[in-house]
Amino acid sequence: MAAGIRLESVRKFFGANEVIKGIDLEIEPGEFVVLVGPSGCGKSTLLNLIAGLETLSSGHVFIGGQKVDTTPPRDRDIAMVFQSYALYPTKTVRQNITFGMETRRIPKAHQDAAVEEFTHLLQIDRFLQRKPGQLSGGQRQRVAMGRALVRNPAVFLFDEPLSNLDAKLRIEMRTEIKKLHQRLGKTAVYVTHDQIEAMTLATRIAVMDNGHIRQVADPATIYENPVDLFVAGFMGSPPMNMIRGRLVRDGGLFFAPLGDRDGVRFPIAAAEAARIGAPDGQEVVLGLRPETIFAAGTELPGPDRFVFERPVAVVEPTGPDTMIVFEIGGQDLIARVRPEDAHPPGTPFRFEVDMGKAKLFDAGTGLRI
Amino acid sequence: MRRRRTSGIVRPSGPGAVMLRGLLFAVLALFCLYYLVPLFVMVATSLKSLEEIRAGSFLSLPREITFDAWGKAWNAACVGVRCDGLEPYVWNSVLMTVPAVAISTILGALNGYALTKWRFPGADIIFALILFGAFIPFQVILLPMARTLGQLGLAGSVPGLILVHTVYGLAFTTLFFRNFFIGVSDGILQAAKVDGAGFFGIFFGIVLPMSLPAIVVTVIWQFTQIWNDFLFGVAFTVGDSNPVTVALNNVVNTSTGVKEYNVDMAAAIIAGLPTLLVYVVAGAYFVRGLSAGAVKG
Repeated sequence: MAAGIRLESVRKFFGANEVIKGIDLEIEPGEFVVLVGPSGCGKSTLLNLIAGLETLSSGHVFIGGQKVDTTPPRDRDIAMVFQSYALYPTKTVRQNITFGMETRRIPKAHQDAAVEEFTHLLQIDRFLQRKPGQLSGGQRQRVAMGRALVRNPAVFLFDEPLSNLDAKLRIEMRTEIKKLHQRLGKTAVYVTHDQIEAMTLATRIAVMDNGHIRQVADPATIYENPVDLFVAGFMGSPPMNMIRGRLVRDGGLFFAPLGDRDGVRFPIAAAEAARIGAPDGQEVVLGLRPETIFAAGTELPGPDRFVFERPVAVVEPTGPDTMIVFEIGGQDLIARVRPEDAHPPGTPFRFEVDMGKAKLFDAGTGLRI
Repeated sequence: MRRRRTSGIVRPSGPGAVMLRGLLFAVLALFCLYYLVPLFVMVATSLKSLEEIRAGSFLSLPREITFDAWGKAWNAACVGVRCDGLEPYVWNSVLMTVPAVAISTILGALNGYALTKWRFPGADIIFALILFGAFIPFQVILLPMARTLGQLGLAGSVPGLILVHTVYGLAFTTLFFRNFFIGVSDGILQAAKVDGAGFFGIFFGIVLPMSLPAIVVTVIWQFTQIWNDFLFGVAFTVGDSNPVTVALNNVVNTSTGVKEYNVDMAAAIIAGLPTLLVYVVAGAYFVRGLSAGAVKG
């Protein structure tokens, strides 16, 4: 049975240092919520507060409708997967997996059935008699998952479970975690600093920064409609281009990059322009995702397109796409083009921008306009 | 495990290098001799008869090997007025050392575990105070301890010595385990807490099995300290409850009759053997434990 989680003005101090600065969050039963943010933003601490591995400084935590502020971890009906795997080095894989059931005095027959089911599912049934030291990183990761799964808890908590794996294995395990979630339908809270993991796994993403949640929404909204420059800059790889400049009202609404002497003026899309009441000359930041800048004429024509020419500064092939770095007014921008459209550095290049996907932010507050 | 004979680093060659190496080995050989000669003299002397000792050089090999001196040292030598050899005193030492080592090791492990993994306000101050105990010269506490043992009704007995050694060993055992546990990942503890284990469940189920290397080091250290202790033994026990170190002193210092060097030597080796044995046995475990339990990353 899945249980919801509710956080009410949760705060945590370490000494005088406030790490969690009043967080409210409601997680529905069966949801997969990813807490994402840079290191030190408090995401792991928040997870530990849900787990009961840290004591609340103030506020409340509810799991399955029960207030668990003073409930020890073992009575919260949770299971947790740790970044370091935290396997018991002197126990075999089997003992690692059954330890939690042993301490809960679950009947032997039930334990055996659970071990069989989940070790088979995770393909670690061949290693049951081995010690963690004899396993590879990926296998240890699976054992750590198995240890959480056999408990059949109401809530799964993941603390950067994939960050110690190599890139290929990480993608494999990511898919597997998603499959498991779809199959078991349990509530999961997942901490990561990897925005791709967040995008791929989450039903909802909570972007954290400096002890606050900046935005909670489904992955598409986070990506397409970030509330501020922080969220916009954190999600996406390569990151969103952020150009400083001014609004120009001149028979329409335009964006003029700072420091630009070539007179490039990005026309703001009509729908967006109609909404914006900011005065002429206001300082703003224009956000352009690299994939919204491409070689002119290579995509089907659409509304709100804008074409301009710049010399190529750097070419970075990634395989499926090639990144082209160029400059506007001394600010580096990245465009994502098809490999066959790339030009060598130094040559002029005609770029096309989909201004319909451009975002404007207030230069002072960083908030979306 | 594969063993390489050398580290594989390229070394200088040529006559100068050969001479330097020759010099190095000569110095090493000299030091070996320096350390081994006393042992040789003890073993050789203990295997000689008294006549041979008087006649020959103390560096010569025994002409005729006899174990008479060993037998006498074990069960016939006079310790003070009693002439039963060292045997009863060896048992005294065993009865004192084994419980004292066991109790101080397990309490040290608990201390180290609580100080590192169940942090409480003032834990560092408490650790500093415990550590301070490692620097107290034992002479200082002889009188207060004698009075304490008297109050407890343990004066002059083996249990009294067990208490003394346990209390004064705690500083060291706590230090050893605290330093070991500080390197154990907190994640393992957190996992165990989520798994539902409590303070002692985690201690006995997870932490203690992990700390075999620390246990071995502590046991070797404590065994050597307690077995070889003379001061507490001579101060807090009388006659029949003396540990073997005190009894050895009494054997060697017996002033009546002829000085039996062979018996003295045999007795000294008997008194010293158990620590050597513990070192070899526990040391073997230690090495095996290190290679078997090695978990990387």
